[in-house]
Amino acid sequence: MEVTEGWYLVLGALLFIIGGIGLLLRRNPLVMLMCVELMLNGVNLTFVAFSRILGDVAGQTVVFFVLVVAAAEVVVGLGIVVAIVRRSPGATADDLSVMKG
Amino acid sequence: MFAQLTQFESPPVDFFSLTPLFILVGGAVVIMLVTSLSPRPIPGWFSTAVSVAASAGAAVVAMVLWNDVRESGPYSTVSDAIGIDGFSLFFTVLVSLGVIATALVGDAYVRREHIAAPEFHALLLTAATGAIVMASANDLVVMFIGLESLSIGLYILAAMQFRRPHGREAAMKYFVLGAFSSAFLLYGIALVYGTTGSTSLIVIRERTSSLGAMVSPSELLIVGIALLLVGFAFKVAAAPFHFWAPDVYEGSGSPVSGFMASVAKAAAFAGLLRVVVVALGANEGDWAVPLAVLSAISIIVGAVMAITQNDVKRMLAFSSVGHAGYILVGVQAATAEGMSSALFYLFAYTFMVIGSFAVVSVIGWDNGHPIERYEGLAKRRPWLAGAFTVFLLAQAGVPMTAGFVAKFLVIKSAVAEEIYWLAILAMVASVITAFMYLRIVMAMWARDADVDDAPRLAVAPATAFVVAAAVAITLVYGIIPDSLIEFTRDAVPALVAGN
Repeated sequence: MEVTEGWYLVLGALLFIIGGIGLLLRRNPLVMLMCVELMLNGVNLTFVAFSRILGDVAGQTVVFFVLVVAAAEVVVGLGIVVAIVRRSPGATADDLSVMKG
Repeated sequence: MFAQLTQFESPPVDFFSLTPLFILVGGAVVIMLVTSLSPRPIPGWFSTAVSVAASAGAAVVAMVLWNDVRESGPYSTVSDAIGIDGFSLFFTVLVSLGVIATALVGDAYVRREHIAAPEFHALLLTAATGAIVMASANDLVVMFIGLESLSIGLYILAAMQFRRPHGREAAMKYFVLGAFSSAFLLYGIALVYGTTGSTSLIVIRERTSSLGAMVSPSELLIVGIALLLVGFAFKVAAAPFHFWAPDVYEGSGSPVSGFMASVAKAAAFAGLLRVVVVALGANEGDWAVPLAVLSAISIIVGAVMAITQNDVKRMLAFSSVGHAGYILVGVQAATAEGMSSALFYLFAYTFMVIGSFAVVSVIGWDNGHPIERYEGLAKRRPWLAGAFTVFLLAQAGVPMTAGFVAKFLVIKSAVAEEIYWLAILAMVASVITAFMYLRIVMAMWARDADVDDAPRLAVAPATAFVVAAAVAITLVYGIIPDSLIEFTRDAVPALVAGN
């Protein structure tokens, strides 16, 4: 059985879905950050697979942009998580529910 | 496959067209450099002044470019990645005005809350740059970079009140859901790239409008469009993707909430109009009905949920969800008239909502925003109550205000396309939401307060200026809207290649 580009598209979709479900279900802020990364990397794999199918280098350059953006996003996310955990150690997403309505 | 890399030539760049972006980023760099390198502490007004000057400069250059575009037509630069057309310049002006208003309101706010002024203003400017890039992008990747510059700046702005539990919760919620929606949008971009073979909106429009030019089956393109719609719906806070909005608007500082509801929403709508409505215009059958449904749900959720709230900031948040629905009424019509009505709505709403949140910022001086706070405000602070009344009536869509003209134009565009159910729904729902706005108005004018906190309700001159200017804009464009309507008619995305 030959592994074609289509398999990578499916793998990318699976990574994206796993990340998305994890983000909605997990309650640890750090794991939620990891899930965001998983979603973005699923998209990166999709870009590379399409780039290979189309024989077009643009899809691979997009990945570099996405990596830089993801790094910047995680820096901010970690900063927010640190600000939360320093004031209430061991906080989970469930503890962040002061506001309702 | 990689041979072309060896003969890489950098694309010609028309630097003058990009001047608004350079001015805004330059302002942010100046603020950060001067305040961190100066041996003596720099007063807070310096950052405000740089921020206002930079945005005013960007708006002026945009008007100059606007004259060029009118005379010699729209064009693209940086290898067709940035489009200079009426649409992008309209949003450059709108975003710059939004930054000026937010910076002036934020001046008193950062002093009161002991927030670092340089960071606040530098982040406003970089976020605004991202918003303008989003509105001018002729390439999906450039649009994504603009979206992220805007979003990352906003994540930090939302987190600036991290000393309060509400602020921390708002920051975390905004970050998680913002990153989630960005990932959806990016996946949509990947699928559109895979099926059309390009990330350039110009090429995408050509290939989707001519049958047979597509690289892959169009089922994947439909999935891609669906993911793009979900991503944009999150960003504009359209129901059912609005869950973050009430908590984030409540927990963030009021000027920041105003900025999110105006500039961030406008930028997301700019992206939606440019990518989905114009570049993927040939696939109207795939997105027009979903947009109409999103619009209807947003209008209903905005109306029903706003009534049940007791916190004025949450009311404004749900009303903002409803306004996203009204703007979508114009967007889903997918006509030139619909687009110009959506732009008119965005322009009018920007000033109503920034003005509203400026008043909320003054009255909620200790960050409490229950409606009881507003009781008897007309006796204690008649001018402030009068201005807030104008903003609320404008949002309710009362005649003689810009809000009425905006609602009239979007509903007219839906009727012109014979989408009567949505037009009727929009009219009925605006009566329901009027009840919510009138509840605040009644509290201000018809009731007496037990406490006298008038001395605490200090209105800084800069804030007073913004509120007065927003009232003036709301009333002037409500009575003589013709010049703004003409402005929005010219603001069409061109998607043309070359200089």
